[in-house]
Amino acid sequence: MSSIATRKSPAVKFAAGAFLIIWLILAAFPFFWTLWGSFKVQGDFFSKADWTNAIFGVRTLVETGASFTGNGYHGAWVQEEFWRAVLNTGTVVFFVVIISLTFGALGGYALSRSGFRYVFWLLMIALVFRAMPHITLVSGYLLPFFEWNLWGHLSTTIIVLVAINQPFTLWMLHSFFQNIPKDLDESAMVDGCTRFQAFRYVIVPVMWPGVITTGLFSFLLAYNDFAVTVLLLSKENQTMVPKIAGFLGSTQEEGNVMFAVAAVVSATAPLFVLVLFFQRQIVSGLTAGAVKG
Amino acid sequence: MLKKLMMAAAFSVATTAALTSMASAGSHAKCGIEKGRVNVLGNEFPAIQTVMAGAAECASDGVTVTSNLTKEHRDLQVSALTANPAEYTSAIVANSSIVPLLNDGLIRPLDDLVAKYGQGLKKNQLITIDGKIMAVAFMANAQHLMYRKDILEKAGVAVPTTYEEVVAAAKAIKEKGLMDYPLSGTYKTGWNLGEEFVNMYTGVGGDMFKPGKAELSINNENGIKALNMMKELTSYMNPDFLTFDSNAAAAEWEAGNVAIMNMWGSRAGPITDNEGSTPEVVSATMMSGAPTVAGGSTPATTLWWDGFTISKNISDEDAEATFVALMNGVRPEVLNDETSSLAVWLIDGFKPGPTAAGVFASANAGAVPYPMLPFGGLLHTAAGDELSDFLQGKESAEQALSDIEAAYNTAAKEKGFLK
Amino acid sequence: MPHRTFFWFILPSALAMLLFIALPIVSVLMQSLYTEHEQVVREVESCSVFNCTTQLMVDNEATEKLYDEAPLGRFVGLSNYFNRAHLATTEVAEAWNTSAGLSDFFSNIYNLPFYRALAFTLSYTFIVTPLVIILGFTIAVAVNTLSSALKGPVIFFTLLPMIVTPLVGSLILFWMIDARGIIGASLQWMFDNPDLSLKASSGLTWIMLFVYGVWHSAPFAFVVFYAGLQTVPQDTLESAMIDGATRWERIRYVIIPYLAPLMVFVALIQLMDNFRVFEPLVSFNAGAHATSLSIIIYNDMNQDTKLLNSAATTSMLTVLGVAILLTPVLIRTWRDFNRK
Repeated sequence: MSSIATRKSPAVKFAAGAFLIIWLILAAFPFFWTLWGSFKVQGDFFSKADWTNAIFGVRTLVETGASFTGNGYHGAWVQEEFWRAVLNTGTVVFFVVIISLTFGALGGYALSRSGFRYVFWLLMIALVFRAMPHITLVSGYLLPFFEWNLWGHLSTTIIVLVAINQPFTLWMLHSFFQNIPKDLDESAMVDGCTRFQAFRYVIVPVMWPGVITTGLFSFLLAYNDFAVTVLLLSKENQTMVPKIAGFLGSTQEEGNVMFAVAAVVSATAPLFVLVLFFQRQIVSGLTAGAVKG
Repeated sequence: MLKKLMMAAAFSVATTAALTSMASAGSHAKCGIEKGRVNVLGNEFPAIQTVMAGAAECASDGVTVTSNLTKEHRDLQVSALTANPAEYTSAIVANSSIVPLLNDGLIRPLDDLVAKYGQGLKKNQLITIDGKIMAVAFMANAQHLMYRKDILEKAGVAVPTTYEEVVAAAKAIKEKGLMDYPLSGTYKTGWNLGEEFVNMYTGVGGDMFKPGKAELSINNENGIKALNMMKELTSYMNPDFLTFDSNAAAAEWEAGNVAIMNMWGSRAGPITDNEGSTPEVVSATMMSGAPTVAGGSTPATTLWWDGFTISKNISDEDAEATFVALMNGVRPEVLNDETSSLAVWLIDGFKPGPTAAGVFASANAGAVPYPMLPFGGLLHTAAGDELSDFLQGKESAEQALSDIEAAYNTAAKEKGFLK
Repeated sequence: MPHRTFFWFILPSALAMLLFIALPIVSVLMQSLYTEHEQVVREVESCSVFNCTTQLMVDNEATEKLYDEAPLGRFVGLSNYFNRAHLATTEVAEAWNTSAGLSDFFSNIYNLPFYRALAFTLSYTFIVTPLVIILGFTIAVAVNTLSSALKGPVIFFTLLPMIVTPLVGSLILFWMIDARGIIGASLQWMFDNPDLSLKASSGLTWIMLFVYGVWHSAPFAFVVFYAGLQTVPQDTLESAMIDGATRWERIRYVIIPYLAPLMVFVALIQLMDNFRVFEPLVSFNAGAHATSLSIIIYNDMNQDTKLLNSAATTSMLTVLGVAILLTPVLIRTWRDFNRK
């Protein structure tokens, strides 16, 4: 970092800092607003009378006797057993990331090492696959899944999410593997390794940076998915996002919007810990030069 | 006349004879069923959860009772019941969501089961099609008027009974400077707006379809009257009205920004509870029947029911177990102080509280049920999507009506209802 | 790599995509070429809670017989693609013949659901995509100037718009931009216009959706560009500096060309995602002012009487639209590929 090219003049530093502060306010303000508001009652946080109620908690004081209330959290976690959804999300996310990356790494590696023309067409077809609106795909799954008794299970949802995410994973990892010099695995094969052994012992140790970046996106996809999980999971296997959607109520019934708000804040907290914990890996993963179109 | 009689029966308080026979059917240990699978798909209303809790009492070693109560039940029901055996042994439906199940023949006639186990049911709870009982209704709902007594008094207007009076009241409230936007309603583009159109058109009076055909007949004077009234109402609403679903409209009400609105009966309870609003607003909030419009006599609203059906693609044993379990969920004993306030129950022994007043007033004034037509939903969707331009003043009523007609025709052709 | 090895490596991935994407696409394609059989309806008496009426009902037995003979329905060729709900060729031709002038013609076209959706979809795609790339790139360059202790938290907060579940995130934003919400009220104060409402005017709703789109997707572009920035060869930068290049010139002539492939990648993904814009339109209740192709599909599916054939047709048109949008990128990739 001491290289002359990266040394900055104070003016540049100031401009970059000012820009970042503005961006961070834009990016993080809604979240902090939500964090603060999650300790209020709905009448304050979604006040149609005066938005400052969300800050001072006028109704919260009237309805609960204090300026802050944990009712949203209590309702979501104790009454509605949100922790079940958290566990289910944990399972889904874990397996989606692992399987996506395994499939994607094998496939992406093959695509990057084969020079035949069908590789290009496979990549193109993957793009077309990615263009398909998810809602159409999911509604097509329903009947066969019900028919074959596959509907409602976590495993079915995991496989579907892996498949839907596969085109993106393939593209990203394919570009990444192209940046790993071919000499590496080819020399291993000259030494008598099979292709798979070369992949296993030579490529796997150096592929982590790219895999971690791709994994970040797989993670977010599985974590935030609504279209697939809401229609393919039964009530007891529900993940967080459909559960939160369930709190919002419908045309004829009032929902528990504050449960949803509290749940969202709780759902974001582990990510904060996760990002801080994996920060070194993520940053270094990125550092090693992950993606290339 | 027949209608009036049925209506009277619908909301009459229970006869004791019916009550006792129901109780004997339900109070046996484990409901008198020994084997079977009960799995119910339905919306996640608290009232439906109450019914399911009652049904779950029948679970025993041989009987499994599970349910999936979710907002997405409509998206799942056709696929889930088409599979053989069906994933769910019962689907809890409303007037509109029973239609796809009927169209595809996915639910079974209940005559035998009702004869065997349904002695406690009132005749009007039985949804009958072509002489066959297809569903058992247990709760009702409708959109009706909600008004602020204090504001109407300050403005010096009586409780409106027609939409013309609603407009006059809104004008008076606005001119006195009491409120900027005295009216509200569920006018969100899509299903909500479509529902408002169906309500208003029903009030103007006139069939939405040509008799005995799937052809629309809304592109006429009645349609124009309905549209113009909707537009007049929206001119007294918050300019964001096209984004207002029930949640938004209820929030406006609780914040004290609105004096009159057309709202779901099921929302009356939550609006008048002690959460989200000030005591002044809550104590002045009153319910009354849906208004009539354009000199018509039918209230401009549609009545809704929720009831249970039994799947066709399941064994008779499961069907029987499911029916008995659900009957246990809708027996009069499930009604207590807490559950009574959850809905307008059709169950014997239900004593309506003040929040049910609007639905009852509308029904007693002769409101008609939302149609169970196989192609009714297509009109609903077309209207919900095509009306927003008109309400924003971007096109004429005639153009809006012909747009609805064109959209409906395209959809109905695809579904095979029109050539 | 020999075909055989290639096959085994690609198999798991290909199998997953084949089963869960390719097969459904084939069935969707088939569906788009069919409509349902003519319904056999008859008049029956129906009684509900409130009254009895005579009404039409579908005759299940007769219908079932039709479907036993031809399970897919009636083959109609491409006519689903050309009906009013999609490309509306008849209506467009009629508008062309009867319109008083070009603007009248366009307003007639805009009245057709497909073209109305297309107008917003294309505007969204072509406005949001470049802005996402520019904003993401700027953030990446700025974050790169930070000391390493600051980078971690800054990266986390930058990712927040992408992390917070859009379902609830946009619900809260939707409230904030309400005329009585914090952002809406601030805007009213800023523009000194107490009637300003972002939700009531089509133009403002569009702008709001664009802003949300950029806000939500910028973190994605940021992550990719930030990754790329770490690999910019330092010696090239240094020699550029020795040659007297200003900071801007270094970015313009060294960093941007080096990151060009990444920009193509981000553009590819963003074009595709933005063309399928869906969630913000639903969460912001924007149906009156803006619809998109995905919204049309959703509306066809999300009703009691589902229009599966129509939804299938719109889905195929979406795929076609994405293919057309991506053609320039694809040609570029093809050239790169052949150079290898």
